Amino acid sequence: MTAPASDSPALVVEGVSHAFGARKALSDVSLTVPRGRFTVLLGLNGAGKTTLFSLVTRLYGNVSGAIRVCGFDVRRTPRPALARLGVVFQSRAIDSDLTVMENLVYHAALHGIGGRQARARAMQMLERTGLADRARDRARTLSGGQLRRVEIVRAMLHGPELLLLDEPTVGLDVGARQAILTAVRTLVAEDGLGVLWATHLMDEVEPEDRVVVLHKGVVLAEDSAAAIIARTGVATIRDAFVALTGERPVAEREAAA
Amino acid sequence: MSGFVPHGGGRGVTGWLVCLGGIVWREALRFVHQKERFLSALVRPLVWLFIFAAGFRAVLGVSIEPPYQTYVLYEVYVTPGLVAMIQLFNGMQSSLSMVYDRETGTMRTLLVSPYPRWYLLSSKLTAGVVVSIFQVYAFLAIAWFWEIRPPWIGYLTVLPALVLSGLMLGALGLVLSSLIRQLENFAGVMNFVIFPMFFASSALYPLWRVREGSVLLYDICRFNPFTYAVDLIRFALYGQFNPFAFAVVAGTAALFLTIAIVAYDPSRGMMMRRGGGAG
Repeated sequence: MTAPASDSPALVVEGVSHAFGARKALSDVSLTVPRGRFTVLLGLNGAGKTTLFSLVTRLYGNVSGAIRVCGFDVRRTPRPALARLGVVFQSRAIDSDLTVMENLVYHAALHGIGGRQARARAMQMLERTGLADRARDRARTLSGGQLRRVEIVRAMLHGPELLLLDEPTVGLDVGARQAILTAVRTLVAEDGLGVLWATHLMDEVEPEDRVVVLHKGVVLAEDSAAAIIARTGVATIRDAFVALTGERPVAEREAAA
Repeated sequence: MSGFVPHGGGRGVTGWLVCLGGIVWREALRFVHQKERFLSALVRPLVWLFIFAAGFRAVLGVSIEPPYQTYVLYEVYVTPGLVAMIQLFNGMQSSLSMVYDRETGTMRTLLVSPYPRWYLLSSKLTAGVVVSIFQVYAFLAIAWFWEIRPPWIGYLTVLPALVLSGLMLGALGLVLSSLIRQLENFAGVMNFVIFPMFFASSALYPLWRVREGSVLLYDICRFNPFTYAVDLIRFALYGQFNPFAFAVVAGTAALFLTIAIVAYDPSRGMMMRRGGGAG
């Protein structure tokens, strides 16, 4: 395995387009997720966020352009690329019939981490997210917010350098949302993880975050939130989003309810 | 988090085995946890054995034909067919769980493992086969008390046959799971795959009997790979090897597995078509 420079960004997407039949989901999308930064992929439902995630995770082969995880091309060198990638999908991946620890041991095995090492690693991550006392409980007994945190632990088991999260706070109450945001921001700060956080909820953006505005499959802006706000001459990222896309984030009210 | 990070998906051969072990272990755990599934998997063939076979016993005696050396009772004849039925249902059940996994995120997390997709699918297949073999031995144990007593060596020699037929039927399930879009379509699989495969085979009646009834049906049975899975198991259970059945089952298993791997290949687009609705 050739090792690209360890300072290459966590994720680079270059000129990626994708279509489902006649419907174009992504047009010439380029973006960068640096290491140690919290990057928000901001877009309404249907903007192409999930399609982009499916391409990065190699669920579909990318048709055009290039995607590199820590310098490894996802198409040409999928193994080292996927080994450095952790994902929290929108749909739940935790088996509700099994205990939290059983779930985590299984997912560690998918990355070739077995036995004692898997357990130790899972326990360590559960402690960091405040779930250590739930390790032996069936997953079905956990709340929605706790399950999301377990998903993050699951995605972090193999020590990825890039963490993708697809609308991780959808359907959660304010407290649970905050807990998850805090957990992920801590990972960014302490571990130097590169995070791509897809959301349509504007209030999850902090001024120092990097923001990629994706609208109808096109990247409209990519910069720090503060810079985007300054450039559009408005007061908040919400107003900046409206100015850039010409659309109100209606979905936000529904999701927050 | 200091000092950790095994990039490249585990080290060497161990990592591959850990991955396979994890997939098999999860499948077994799920099976044990779902008590209804375990029970119905066991009750189904027993109902056939206790009721259907008992009823047919008077109607249908089976004359001497290999691998049997004497006249056999109908329930003795039908047992290998029921063993294959357990594996058929189990194969379809795992494909059902693949479709379910795809609707949740479980399939996605499986496919983002750094191991190659053919390996992940084969591991998944192996897991299904292991579970099906447990079911078969549980069934054979109960059948023993029902006076169905193949030679002791048969319990050993049937094992490789079960592995092979399990692979074939599991691989068929994989192919179907790549074709089914949603769980609701699964009833169709029951009607159009499980029932025809089971009934148009040598599971319930010897083929020479079928021929007496209908030559067309006889021909269909002869082209049904399930017939050869049943034959392979039937011979193996009596310590004998049926080379032709072996060849057909092995060939069909390889074919189905190849199709499944192609169907799940990210660059060939079957997965892509399905992703159509996603934002």
